[in-house]
Amino acid sequence: MASKRFLYVNRKAPHGTIYALESLEVVLIGAAFEQDVSLAFIDDGVYQLMRNQDTAAIGSKNFSPTFRALGDYDVSKIYVEHESLEMRGLSKDDLMPLTYEDEDDDWAEKDSIHVVSSAELAEIIEQQDVILDF
Amino acid sequence: MKFGIVVNEGPYTHQASDSAYHFAEAALRAGHEIVRVFFYHDGVNNGTRLSVPPQDDRNISERWSALATDKGVELILCVAAAQRRGILDADEAKRAGKDADNMSRGFQISGLGQLIDAGIQADRLIVFGD
Repeated sequence: MASKRFLYVNRKAPHGTIYALESLEVVLIGAAFEQDVSLAFIDDGVYQLMRNQDTAAIGSKNFSPTFRALGDYDVSKIYVEHESLEMRGLSKDDLMPLTYEDEDDDWAEKDSIHVVSSAELAEIIEQQDVILDF
Repeated sequence: MKFGIVVNEGPYTHQASDSAYHFAEAALRAGHEIVRVFFYHDGVNNGTRLSVPPQDDRNISERWSALATDKGVELILCVAAAQRRGILDADEAKRAGKDADNMSRGFQISGLGQLIDAGIQADRLIVFGD
């Protein structure tokens, strides 16, 4: 069966609710199914990718390092909505670097994160077969 | 059409489970197929058989069970989400050394792969959540 285009839309802050953590669990399991996978981060979801997260004070598990493994799972299309960053006074520099090794380009290390406008993200959403939003 | 259904919220607090149920029922009535209903996040709480709602209210868990036993709809609880929230079938309870299990009839416990598979198999995957 031809693979489908899966998009995971992450809309919520990394802590406060469990959605972000359990979304990441779906992405990791789903990676084994060899579908075409993209991730989008919008609204408070952009906070999931912040650098230097420290959850010691709230006693929750800091799962943010797991995002760095996504490249090894062939998940290399990560879209962050520009407007969501801007509205929160953030820029790409505030996000942790996420990379993958491009097998079609002699395994060159490349950036997985693409900051896109709301309109561009709408087009990306339009192209998907399956959208799971968290 | 083949529909997959995802339920991401628990019963009573949130309408997602009610809406998902009504959607499933309407889809079947219209001659569509439900590939699977997958319960994730707090949605796994729909699968407890220990819920005792007031008699003049709907019994959400029972209603799902009936959809499985009467209409043959596959109801899957995510194992990781269910274990976190204390929804256990007899096997899981035994494995975890617990003295009781609480899963409703008609439900099954399985992995997140069943969610991805529903997305692959279904013509449309409909997510009910917050």
